[in-house]
Amino acid sequence: MKKEEVPQDKGNLSKTNMKELVYATDENGNYTTALSSGWEPKSIALSNSIEEISERIAIAKAQVANNEVSPISYYMELCRMDIAVLSSYVGMWQWRVKRHFKPKVFAGLSDNILKKYADSFNITVEELKNFKTN
Amino acid sequence: MKTDFTHHQSAHCENGVASNLLKHNGLNISEPMVFGIGSGLFFVYLPFLKVNYAPAISYRPMPGQIFNRLAKRLGLKIKRQKFSSQANAVKTLDENLKNNIPSGLQVGVYNLTYFPDEYRFHFNAHNLVVYGKTETDYLISDPVMENVTTLTHEELNKVRFAKGAFAPRGQIYYPIQVPANVDLKGAIIKGIKNTCRDMLAPMPIIGVRGIRLVARLIKKWPVKEGTKKANHYLAQIVRMQEEIGTGGGGFRFIYAAFLQEAAVVLNNDELQKLSLEMTAIGDLWRDFAVEASRVYKNRSTKVDVYNLLSDQLLAIADKEEVFFKKLKKAIS
Repeated sequence: MKKEEVPQDKGNLSKTNMKELVYATDENGNYTTALSSGWEPKSIALSNSIEEISERIAIAKAQVANNEVSPISYYMELCRMDIAVLSSYVGMWQWRVKRHFKPKVFAGLSDNILKKYADSFNITVEELKNFKTN
Repeated sequence: MKTDFTHHQSAHCENGVASNLLKHNGLNISEPMVFGIGSGLFFVYLPFLKVNYAPAISYRPMPGQIFNRLAKRLGLKIKRQKFSSQANAVKTLDENLKNNIPSGLQVGVYNLTYFPDEYRFHFNAHNLVVYGKTETDYLISDPVMENVTTLTHEELNKVRFAKGAFAPRGQIYYPIQVPANVDLKGAIIKGIKNTCRDMLAPMPIIGVRGIRLVARLIKKWPVKEGTKKANHYLAQIVRMQEEIGTGGGGFRFIYAAFLQEAAVVLNNDELQKLSLEMTAIGDLWRDFAVEASRVYKNRSTKVDVYNLLSDQLLAIADKEEVFFKKLKKAIS
């Protein structure tokens, strides 16, 4: 990549004014560094991932509203986690976490366990218990 | 409490931390040099490890390896420590800062509040340097940021004890012994040999063969997994490839810069030529990212586009195979 080809697209980074350092060649073919404000293919890839997550959050929300899954599933998606990450945060086996997705099982959980989840999601136990779908 | 540490921005976090810490300890070594000697160029496809619901692809070796290999090859000593207790982790860091030792940390990205929201995933192999502490904050030098920044005590604790794959467990590292004279030539040759061995490894998921495997899978994804999932997987490849200077094109350019520096140190003109070739391959990786992004942006449903992308990646793999064979010859 030549120095003048370093992409300066308006991307996700421009919002925070963060610039990345990249390596590029100058007019004599020698390597030097330049700052890039963003690159379109990359911001598309990032927003694709974000969209994907928003979709998953919306689905989880609807499922909680229909009493198909517990709020734990919703907050897991909201925090961009999957079951492996969540089980690692709460320190429980994955099958146990999966079981807590069932509304019936969730209703019977002790505050102790709920606190583990709430702490991982950065919310209070109350918020987790009294989840409002609207 | 503040150590006299100078922040330099870098393209990749681990190189940057290594380069900055060594510069602080009186060994002036550039980021490409760290990357080359530490054999940072790599490729591995891990179908059994899912990241964000897509198979993981890594363009770099395991976290910490670049710095470890660099240290071994240059004869430095690095101290690395992991903790099971958060209190001990804090204590060790604070003691280091008191003794004027800026310290490298492995952290999770999700709770790094100074990152743009789009970057904040549960990814645990990020590196930064802590160079000071105030009443409320830690002073942070994150090598991918233009300027130094801060995190509150609580925030730093959180990122140090992020959970999930490659959990950092508070990992702290810093050089404890840096020799005045280092054997740069020998280290460069060892680094290059290691990279050639990795990229030409006779394992189907590693190096050039790994790239070929992924290329072939791209053809199958739309049929086997449906277009939506295939697009998600593609986006994931590009994200892994381009996020914060890691992977694909960016790494090839750093490697090309390394070969250029190495050509001077080793007095080897062949490396200069190979540097140009690596730059060309890096541009091909960028073209691939552009094409892939078009596919998942337009949500094209034609099967043909996946075949084209796959062929593009196969062509890259062929070029890299030839390249690393030549590189191996050039230094032997």
